[in-house]
Amino acid sequence: MIDPVALFLMLLTASTPILFAALGELVAERAGVLNLGVEGMMITGALAGFAAAYHSGNPVLGFAAAALAGALIALPFAVLTQFLLSNQVASGLALTLFGLGLAALFGKPMEGVKAPTMAPGPLGLHWIVWLGLLMVPLIWWFLNRSRAGLILRGVGENHDAAHALGYDVRRVRIAAIAFGGAMAGIGGAFISVATVLQWTEGMTAGAGWIALAIVVFSNWTAPGVLAGAWLFGGVTVLQLRLQAAGVRVPVQLLSMAPYLATIVVLVAISARQKFSRRAGSTAPGSLGQDFHALR
Amino acid sequence: MIRLVPRTDTPALLQGSTPVLAVLATMLAGGLLFAIMGYDPVTAIRTIFWDPLFGPAASYSRPQLLVKAAPLILIASGLAVGFRAGIWNIGAEGQYIIGAICGAAVALAAYPAPEMWIFPAMVIAGAAGGWAWGMIPALLRNWFGASEILVSLMLVYVAQRIAAWMAFGPMKNPEGFGMPGSRNLQQYPAAANPELIVGTGAHWGVVAAVLAVLATWFLMSRHIRGFHIRAAGTAPRAARFAGVKPETLVAFCLGLSGALAGMAGLFEVAGPAGQITDKIGVGYGFTAIIVAFLGRLHPLGILLAGLLLALTYIGGELAQLTLNLPGATVQVFQGMLLFFLLGFDLLTRYRITRRIAA
Repeated sequence: MIDPVALFLMLLTASTPILFAALGELVAERAGVLNLGVEGMMITGALAGFAAAYHSGNPVLGFAAAALAGALIALPFAVLTQFLLSNQVASGLALTLFGLGLAALFGKPMEGVKAPTMAPGPLGLHWIVWLGLLMVPLIWWFLNRSRAGLILRGVGENHDAAHALGYDVRRVRIAAIAFGGAMAGIGGAFISVATVLQWTEGMTAGAGWIALAIVVFSNWTAPGVLAGAWLFGGVTVLQLRLQAAGVRVPVQLLSMAPYLATIVVLVAISARQKFSRRAGSTAPGSLGQDFHALR
Repeated sequence: MIRLVPRTDTPALLQGSTPVLAVLATMLAGGLLFAIMGYDPVTAIRTIFWDPLFGPAASYSRPQLLVKAAPLILIASGLAVGFRAGIWNIGAEGQYIIGAICGAAVALAAYPAPEMWIFPAMVIAGAAGGWAWGMIPALLRNWFGASEILVSLMLVYVAQRIAAWMAFGPMKNPEGFGMPGSRNLQQYPAAANPELIVGTGAHWGVVAAVLAVLATWFLMSRHIRGFHIRAAGTAPRAARFAGVKPETLVAFCLGLSGALAGMAGLFEVAGPAGQITDKIGVGYGFTAIIVAFLGRLHPLGILLAGLLLALTYIGGELAQLTLNLPGATVQVFQGMLLFFLLGFDLLTRYRITRRIAA
């Protein structure tokens, strides 16, 4: 039998990349921006973080570089959606395709080398795991208790009203997009710098898309994102344990579990939002819509 | 100060010229990228966009143009119909893989029967497989309101794993000396999708792609369903009052694009790819999204856009051989192209004027 505490610690590690990416996307979506480029920002962060950690020998620098790279790669998306009023769905897809391509291109020289490791934090967990857990209350506090968070939510809920009150809708949204990019970058780097310790093409394997689903699952709240990330982490760990235990199910079918679980969860939560009279969807009112101030 | 004024209608010239502008901008930005990477930008751009058609080895690479363009056009014509209605099937890659598996299953079950019905049955199975895979996100959206974007995308990863399982398990070639991968359908005449006219690269998928372009053109500009789709995309509320059921459109658009993507997968596995392997999905389903946008969601535009993106694939391979340029360059190019395209789209939707001092 496996020790449940050890299993929970594994779950914390497995859920960290998604937790970061989903918290970042949560902030962007609360500002009214639907960014489907999470996967592209994660893979960019995974590469930039790995390269920086490898060349400097310092994983901390790797995570800083990943945050910066994630925010930078999100810039074209910000320009497209905020200044050129492009469709957010299409622009986000473009960001994902571009990021995956760019990372594959510049990642070639990084193949086959190992990342430097750092001393683990409390309970043998990576420091970034703890940072992720700390981000949950911080972001909850920011969104629900701070003035800046109130403005951000106002922009996401009704951009015309926020504009009429004199808030700079574009600036708030660009900041939210950059924050989302930085968080996704750290999440991606956690995979390459903290767990796999190697760079391989396409190594985020859909984690960015799962993060997007978890934001829907969370009903746009930070604790909800944590619950979603843990659920996902739990399925991943369970699946890996089953593989290791040599269950007579093909590996390829077991490794579908996280994706199928995401679909099941997405369906369950969507159905709840659709049919329940009390628990309606709390999606931000202006989510995914272009903002164009005529005056 | 500049300001943007929404256009009420777009001049046809502008409609057609923004994709051209986007391609030119991509070439410029790509040249810059090559220069940064230490390659001669002019040689690199010429190798990708000119040499496959007119260079010294063009007689080998020209037929490849149709081989690569056929799946892109086939998939993109279906996707564009949904995109017009605001229905985002971004999981065509998964529908392509499932189509390939279902089509190949018919062939592998019939092996080594020589009958004429086998290939047509494979085409139907491929389309049905893609349709069924596309109907999963459609039904989940219609019944429970789940986002078709996320569900269709998740199903790509599921499909990839089914393909890997098939290649290593149920579909493994019993005479393959333990190597993963199915029997090679190119060596099974009743199931093969051969080159129809020698030296052109044209196989049945090319025929299907042309038919798909014609059929979607008819659908979108001559059929009431196409009118409903356009109405739902531009004025959803008005369409609803006119009696257009969103549920019907979701099922229709995801089913149609799934069936076309599935067919594309079948033609690929029976032709150029030859067998089911864990790498049967090569990204056509994602590139087709770019093709649909570059073609401005118009069937004829998609035809041209599919040829252009096929050119970047072939040019990319050529540049890999002759200039040692990394293979991922093409992916970066395609991503940049979509960025520029979406940016230049501003010109078709808004007029740019000087702000007049009040």
